[in-house]
Amino acid sequence: MSARDRLNAAAKKRVLIFDGAFGTQIQNRKLTEEDYAGSLGLKADQKGNNDILALTRPDVIEDITRSYLDAGSDVISTNTFSANTISQADYAAEDQVEAINIASGKIARTLANEYEAKDGKPRFVAGAIGPTNKTLSLSPDVEDPGFREIDFDELTAVYKQQAAALIEGGCDFILIETVFDTLNCKAGIMACKQLEAELGRDIPVMISMTLTDLSGRNLSGHTVDAFWNAVRHAKPVTIGLNCSFGADQLRPHVQSLSALADTLLMAYPNAGLPNELGEYDELPETTAGLVKQWAENGQANILGGCCGSSPAHIKAIADAVKGLPPRKVPTPEIAMRLAGLESFVVAA
Amino acid sequence: MSEQIASARFINIGERTNVTGSARFKKLIMADDYAAAVEVARQQVENGAQVIDVNMDEGLLDAQHAMTTFLKLISAEPDIARVPVMIDSSKWEVIEAGLKCVSGKPIVNSISMKEGEEPFLEQARKCMAYGAAVVVMAFDEVGQADSKQRKVEICKRAYDLLVSEGFPPEDIIFDPNIFAVATGIEDHDRYGLDFIEAVREIKTQCPHAKTSGGLSNLSFSFRGNETVRRAMHSVFLYHAIPAGLDMAIVNAGQLDIYDNIDPTLRDACEDVILMRPVEGEESATERLINLAESYKGKSVADEKAAEEWRGWPVEKRLEHALVKGIDAHIVDDTEIMRAATEKAGGRPIEVIEGPLMDGMNVVGDLFGSGKMFLPQVVKSARVMKKAVAHLIPYIEKEKELLPETERTAKGTIIMATVKGDVHDIGKNIVGVVLQCNGYEVIDMGVMVPWQDILKSANDNKADMIGLSGLITPSLDEMVTVAEEMQRSGMTMPLLIGGATTSKVHTALKIDPSYEGPVIHVLDASRAVGVASNLLSDTRRDEFVGETAGEYVKVRDARAGKTPSVLLSIEEARANYYDAYLSDKPAPPLQPGVHTFDDWDLADLRDYIDWTPFFRAWELHGNYPAILTDEVVGETASQLFDDANAMLDQIIAEKWLTARGVAGFWPCARDGDDVTIHRVRREENVTLPFLRQQVKKSRDRANMCLADFIDPDGDWIGGFAVGIHGIEPHSARFQADKDDYSDILLKALADRFAEAFAERLHKHTRTDLWGYAPGEQLTNQALIKEEYRGIRPAPGYPACPDHSLKPILFGLLDAERNVGLTLTENFAMWPTAAVSGFYFGHPESEYFGVARIGRDQLEDYARRRGVDLETAERWLRPNLD
Repeated sequence: MSARDRLNAAAKKRVLIFDGAFGTQIQNRKLTEEDYAGSLGLKADQKGNNDILALTRPDVIEDITRSYLDAGSDVISTNTFSANTISQADYAAEDQVEAINIASGKIARTLANEYEAKDGKPRFVAGAIGPTNKTLSLSPDVEDPGFREIDFDELTAVYKQQAAALIEGGCDFILIETVFDTLNCKAGIMACKQLEAELGRDIPVMISMTLTDLSGRNLSGHTVDAFWNAVRHAKPVTIGLNCSFGADQLRPHVQSLSALADTLLMAYPNAGLPNELGEYDELPETTAGLVKQWAENGQANILGGCCGSSPAHIKAIADAVKGLPPRKVPTPEIAMRLAGLESFVVAA
Repeated sequence: MSEQIASARFINIGERTNVTGSARFKKLIMADDYAAAVEVARQQVENGAQVIDVNMDEGLLDAQHAMTTFLKLISAEPDIARVPVMIDSSKWEVIEAGLKCVSGKPIVNSISMKEGEEPFLEQARKCMAYGAAVVVMAFDEVGQADSKQRKVEICKRAYDLLVSEGFPPEDIIFDPNIFAVATGIEDHDRYGLDFIEAVREIKTQCPHAKTSGGLSNLSFSFRGNETVRRAMHSVFLYHAIPAGLDMAIVNAGQLDIYDNIDPTLRDACEDVILMRPVEGEESATERLINLAESYKGKSVADEKAAEEWRGWPVEKRLEHALVKGIDAHIVDDTEIMRAATEKAGGRPIEVIEGPLMDGMNVVGDLFGSGKMFLPQVVKSARVMKKAVAHLIPYIEKEKELLPETERTAKGTIIMATVKGDVHDIGKNIVGVVLQCNGYEVIDMGVMVPWQDILKSANDNKADMIGLSGLITPSLDEMVTVAEEMQRSGMTMPLLIGGATTSKVHTALKIDPSYEGPVIHVLDASRAVGVASNLLSDTRRDEFVGETAGEYVKVRDARAGKTPSVLLSIEEARANYYDAYLSDKPAPPLQPGVHTFDDWDLADLRDYIDWTPFFRAWELHGNYPAILTDEVVGETASQLFDDANAMLDQIIAEKWLTARGVAGFWPCARDGDDVTIHRVRREENVTLPFLRQQVKKSRDRANMCLADFIDPDGDWIGGFAVGIHGIEPHSARFQADKDDYSDILLKALADRFAEAFAERLHKHTRTDLWGYAPGEQLTNQALIKEEYRGIRPAPGYPACPDHSLKPILFGLLDAERNVGLTLTENFAMWPTAAVSGFYFGHPESEYFGVARIGRDQLEDYARRRGVDLETAERWLRPNLD
């Protein structure tokens, strides 16, 4: 059975659990420049380049991943949010991109296999692809709205390189996450499609949008509905929302996406909103209580955490949703669903 | 409307952004005028297009470049980008380049089996990978399908191929070709009916697929006859939609309601389109052609507007249009007048000098005698500008033949808002009034350095210079301009205007700096009188002499006047305001900095204080009484209606964005300073305030804002709000020569900024700081400031030093959080902005610092950390 089919089968039985944040967990370990840089001999300082730890301190990444599996994660992600040539350029580590992704994929794959062998419960590995800090839909120059820092083909190539390495490392899915620009996501989808054609196999994608304002739009201005219309051609194995704000504020948007999307819904909000000092202080029970409501309302298939969440949050979520029935994937009416920034449905 | 947008049964696809469908759009794109082209798209969406078709297929154009440029530009316009795009090209490379720029789910228009199955499927697969729906033309290796049978066969074949390839059937749209009917060729008679019948069949044979067509082809043989074309299109849709037509490329603004079409015409159209048998000798086509003759040159809009005055002689019509401010027919009437003048051997300039100026003279007389008011005059000016714009090409052409000496206007006036200042509403109003009185106005805009003003005056052989400014540092800058004019030996008159300027300041500071005539112009209604006096051979000397005499009197009166007695700063401090400090507000509920990226404009609307709005238009009186005022009531009501109509649009279409920030910090009073405490002591921020020094009667205190703060620890707040997004709308109005709407918009943006400041202050009192959680005040009570706490702004009487703004902006990170910047003289940009400090003590109140002594100036310079000269410049309005 393919990973896509296995995930769908497991998601029919219960609400599955995703993992939580890497960033705060890494921060807590107070690593030094030497830890980050290892013996790679790169030209720039590496401190803060979390993704490179897969090469220089793989034990740290392994340890964190293990803590999420212990907390109850069924789906774990690779720590590769910034492991692309655009983001790694900040650390003069572009030539490490393939190695980071392969190594990260392998760490997650090995652990997933280990835990699956232990208790027989299926585990899945999602290879995480971040949005990069470049945007295809917006001009960084207010004086020149037609200007773009990067074009579709360049970004597609960047994503394709990363996706190929993640697949090589053993990932089941490519998770295009924290999508602030819908066109960036479309480039990510194109990258996976090209890879599928080259490898001659299915590369299932998971897609997760992030909202930048409470009215429910991402940075490129798309509503949740419009976003779904714009990416549905990817036939994603999951669609959902992550990061944005806390679960409380995300609720109405999870609800509308849940009613619309004929695929699994995965949501992993931040642990609340940051406090005055920029720290997340929402307690695990609080986060769990909030996302539990989505499960109770039959609106979620996979739940996890984003910024500020810890293994304790994931465990609390897993405990809270235990025994609750998973969301039933709806079968919406067949209709032409177009999108500008807003959804436009042509009635049948 | 919004429901219709979200889901629709029949879809209008806008065709105005199609170079093959719109001559105007083509012209704009060919001229590289993308800004105007973007406006075409906006209008289209405003007119109800649910999808916009973008086509750049033009032989002389780099279609790929034009397509991507345009798509990227409209994606930056949320009110356009909200609807899906149809990427329309006959070239696949253009379509694919377009797909790489569109972030939603677009429609590709079109692909076909013209080159065979394999290229067709290859393109379809790409559309799938980009996530696009697709229009498939009924076109195969043999050619375009004309008969019903061919249309259905080709579409069914394409459908089966696509579906077997995994293409979602609901994402396929068939275009079975609409061809022209009533061409006189018998074979073409069936085209309309064949299309309708084919649509019905395709919808049955191809489940979930949609159908579409380009409507304008149908009526091709009636080009130039709008009435007949519109009727044909409406009739066609009336029958094709029930048959299953889902969408059509049409000009959304140009469809008639079926029931409103003249029944004779409607029947004739139906006979042609549906091939109904007709009685008599004539064929259906012949009958429609004959009937069409009687509709030539008529348009529905014309008929509707054919009111009585339209029957008057053209000169009278021009005057009427000018006086009433009606711009609907002005270009046509001007052209009629021009042609008639030419025929009579006259010159185009005579149209301006004759009937148009006559009309404007009526306007000027009415304005001068107080029977017309500024808003109406600005509307009249809009009409005048449109008429003049029409004549200019003719005048230019003629000018080339004239000797240079004969090429002058009534007078040329350079207008500018001085360096460091960005306010231009008043200057624009004066400019409009002067222009419509026949003066050539060279408007140099805002933030203009004196070098540029002098150069432009010399280059253009100007007759005078008009300076404008709103903030107090601009007064100084005006003195600088006057001094420089003197230094360069100029003699032309200098006009001074703007809210902070005054006859006294002009007399005392500017007039002595320049030997040429200096005239303070109180308001726009005086501008024409001043200009015409200055340019008159007979009245000039008398007028200049009189004004100079008045200024001498002002100076003498001032010199003789004993200035109010100043206390020493020590004495003033000893007489400080002794606030009851136990009443100080509790610490804020939500300390730190709070940003608001997009405050609801509809909410702010309720907080607008209208009285200053009317004042901006030189209508004096308090709202709401002004609406029923005997003299200006009618004009004020009209203006108020126009303002509200624009507000509706601003809010509905989100023209503007209200951004704001508020912050609260622990602090303590330290003499006349307030020190804001940061975590690290070295990052503490000092706010130096000024104290009243004028000797007070009885037991009144010499106030300073610091008096409201507890030396043993307290809180202070700050805020900045700005209204963004005015530029494209302003540019649109300017391009349309519509100063009225432009000024209206700017005045409303100012009102929004003030309303936001009021609203944010309320939010501060009830929630953020929260010292008055249960406050319930009406807007009237808010305007009267019946609340606890004040929000004094740097540059205003209680806190006259504008230079505190950079400190405040630093605390709030206002540039990043609100997008506000400061000019070198501390004016805020965008101009619709307000910033200030929050004091929460119940006894805090507004006051004016007024005149201060040298001792405080020196002390302030030391506290502010600047040299004496700088402090002097900043505080000049408060010094002797």
